[in-house]
Amino acid sequence: MNTQGRPTRGAETGASNGETITGNRGLMMEEPLIFEADTPGACGVDLAEPVTADRRLGGLEREGPVGLPGLTEPQVVRHYTRLSQQNLGIDTTMYPLGSCTMKHNPRINEKLARLPGFASLHPMQPMSTVQGALALIDALADWLKRLTGMPAVAMTPGAGAHGELCGMMAIRAALEHHGQTDRTHVLVPESAHGTNPATAAALGFTVDRIPATDEGRVDLAAFKERLDDGVAAIMLTNPNTCGLFEGDIVDIADALHAAGGYFYCDGANFNAIVGRVRPGDLGIDAMHINLHKTFSTPHGGGGPGSGPVVLSDALAPFAPIPSVVHGPEGLRLAEQTEGETAHSLGRLKGFHGQMGMFVRALAYILSHGADGLRQAAGDAVLNANYLLARLGEELTAPFPGPCMHEVLFDDHFLKDTGVTTLDMAKALVDEGFHPMTMYFPLVVHGALLVEPTESESKATLDAFADTVLALARRAKAGDAEYFAGAPYLTPRRRLDETAAARKPILRWTPPAPESQAAE
Amino acid sequence: MRYLPLTDADRRSMLATIGVPSIDSLYRDVPDAARLDAPIDGLPLHAGEMEVERAISAMAARNVPASDVPCFLGAGAYRHHVPATVDYLIQRGEFLTSYTPYQPEVSQGTLQVLFEFQTQVALITGMDVANASMYDGATACAEAVLMANRVTRRNRAVLSGGLHPHYRDTVRTLARFIGFSLDEAEADAAGTEDLAARIDGETSCLVVQTPSVFGHLTDLGPLAEACRAKGVLLIAVVAEIVSLGLLKPPGAMGADIVAAEGQSIGNGLNFGGPHVGLFAARTKHVRQMPGRLCGETVDVDGRRGFVLTLSTREQHIRREKATSNICTNSGLCALAFTIHLSLLGEDGFRQLAKVNHARAVRLADRLAGLPGVSVLNTGFFNEFTVRLDRPAAPVVDALAERGVLAGVPVSRLYPERPDLADLLLVAATETVTDDDEDALLAALRETLR
Repeated sequence: MNTQGRPTRGAETGASNGETITGNRGLMMEEPLIFEADTPGACGVDLAEPVTADRRLGGLEREGPVGLPGLTEPQVVRHYTRLSQQNLGIDTTMYPLGSCTMKHNPRINEKLARLPGFASLHPMQPMSTVQGALALIDALADWLKRLTGMPAVAMTPGAGAHGELCGMMAIRAALEHHGQTDRTHVLVPESAHGTNPATAAALGFTVDRIPATDEGRVDLAAFKERLDDGVAAIMLTNPNTCGLFEGDIVDIADALHAAGGYFYCDGANFNAIVGRVRPGDLGIDAMHINLHKTFSTPHGGGGPGSGPVVLSDALAPFAPIPSVVHGPEGLRLAEQTEGETAHSLGRLKGFHGQMGMFVRALAYILSHGADGLRQAAGDAVLNANYLLARLGEELTAPFPGPCMHEVLFDDHFLKDTGVTTLDMAKALVDEGFHPMTMYFPLVVHGALLVEPTESESKATLDAFADTVLALARRAKAGDAEYFAGAPYLTPRRRLDETAAARKPILRWTPPAPESQAAE
Repeated sequence: MRYLPLTDADRRSMLATIGVPSIDSLYRDVPDAARLDAPIDGLPLHAGEMEVERAISAMAARNVPASDVPCFLGAGAYRHHVPATVDYLIQRGEFLTSYTPYQPEVSQGTLQVLFEFQTQVALITGMDVANASMYDGATACAEAVLMANRVTRRNRAVLSGGLHPHYRDTVRTLARFIGFSLDEAEADAAGTEDLAARIDGETSCLVVQTPSVFGHLTDLGPLAEACRAKGVLLIAVVAEIVSLGLLKPPGAMGADIVAAEGQSIGNGLNFGGPHVGLFAARTKHVRQMPGRLCGETVDVDGRRGFVLTLSTREQHIRREKATSNICTNSGLCALAFTIHLSLLGEDGFRQLAKVNHARAVRLADRLAGLPGVSVLNTGFFNEFTVRLDRPAAPVVDALAERGVLAGVPVSRLYPERPDLADLLLVAATETVTDDDEDALLAALRETLR
């Protein structure tokens, strides 16, 4: 404690070169792997003694140690706290990753998901003891149906890609049911998320790419040209991955339906249109909703997600099991393919869906209400268009606005500067922003896809825009060398991904004992 | 609205910068007929935090949490104690609110956690490598079958009758839509099935769960040998991962792929999700693995660091040629798993398994002493099957009325098998107290009278 009033202002000597004895840099700590912090015999839990020494393991007992390290609780807390400090999150800074919808994650949602009445429910409890949980799933399902204008929703898919799988399986099931198994082609625009062709191909469909117009939309004429009785479905993202609304979507749906195909919509970008456009009014047959995007369940460093799929009347009978149904004794889960679920495509995962995500999403929805959701979508679109207007000063947008909730730039503005899209992104990191999505979508050269979301204030957007504009000017002024080295201030800089893939090291292995190492 | 930072003045000024009169005008590409001009009718408007908490808490209050009552439910989801530290750490915003670590410079925290997770999973399963997690055990199992089909270039999977029906059904769905065939053994309540006889030169994989859904333990060694002789991959499924603190790991018995549910470590029951799928394999098959992988590398200054790697298997690069369409994994649940297992460590993990097993052994012995109850298992870990003298489901319902969650009636998992309706799956973890045990025994004795 500085109780003596000693002066704390240091001399400005410039003597430090940033090197330290420990490798730590002030608040940024170097941290070994947990396995390298092993104290044999240490333990972070205190467990009771077994109530009996009897064993019924049929001679299948583990021989020898597992190889896990021993640490006490304070050591574990410090280890993972330090690791967390090497991450950026939405809590830390603007995270304008296009196509990912990195919006604010309200903590009330976390609190509610942890209520024992949800978090401590066993999935196989008698239905009479889980009526509130089933009611919550039913309430969320009702919101999703009303917000999309669709008659049915499958709640169980575990993430967006899982939802795609579900929706496309429902389409396959419908085709089989109607004896249309010769419909084997799925049309996918060039700008689609990688999961779309991966999903269609996984289900045995042949993927045909359909071209885009100069305005970044599906080429309606080319699409109609391609329609025939071999087409099973189109998979279309709307708003699309260029951040643009597909204005011909109703014509696309009409032509597709007339030709006997189904319309799968990738709902990853639903955040732009919630409360303003209902996909059901656009002629869509199936659409997954990423609860971890539009409805703000945390991304958690890569999941868990949740990907309910809204379905048209034509596809509803083929929804996966289980589903919540109303019965004489209240709500229950239909867990078998029989009766009302006789045509179900079957089960997609264990138990009944991502309950923890359902609670968070419903809390988010109730907080916003019908008016707040509409305002949130509008603000998301406003923020993106504001960045389009401001960044347009120096950056090049391949398509004219207005955009939807995300704005796409290409790398034309970097032509002949020696600076790449990747360099720009890495330089942004030093400025305290998470980079935008890079090199996606594939339809423009060197894409920079910026999705600010509705969670950013005007002041933050201005700070971001000022920074990007200054970097763009710096690039154009010929300072390519600076960019090639960026970032300079992160815990690690420009990691060698090629080496990682060439000779993969996917786990820690104990160092060889010294006697062997010496040989 | 408390989550929306723009003020009306901000909005006006931004619209002026853009050069449009209103937010609505930014939606001009939407066909007129589809554009909504006002909030959707019949839905409530925004609400304060207190009101939202009230509404959702009221739903929670209508449930009976397994944490509040004697609970003996298992069948793929287990009530365990999760140290408070785990939930505190996973709620740090840098972990909770970050995206998939595609930008390694700003994601070394998540990436190092994944590297530790992969190592832990490989260690406890006895395998060479593990991925960065899957949605859950059932989807991990289904992805394992797809991987075996790719590796062997064969198209027929054999499923044990001890495989959890949800896992079986998840595989079945993929078999139907992706196009491969299944040979499903009958439900193996007695633990006596002969699987080696089912495999041949056309078989891609043999899927065996141990402990089985009925609690039986299987020595995978002889099956691994039979598989090797026919070029078949052995997929070991583990639905209760704590069992590996006490049981021989599948890797040591010759499994080629391990697909497991990791919920028991670090994660709550959550009414069945989110949980965390574990996936481990042999090094020689690593390029056929599904899901994300984190690898070690160096940065430009020569310092050790971590990146997502081998992404040329994945959908965002390979598109229609990807090994799987999976994009998200179960990152935060994997983090919880990693932290809990770090707290447990070598001694704690093994002790936890011993405490679980001992609870189940004593409970099985006590139940076997009740009239009208017999235990089917000779070997088990923390879950076993009992036969009652009447259908189990009504008994379970009656015990729930008395505030005891007695177990999972087999009829809920195998409704098509009336001959199994008298069977009940009973699990006992470290969370079961002596009082819980007494309560179950007393309630069961009275109900069966």
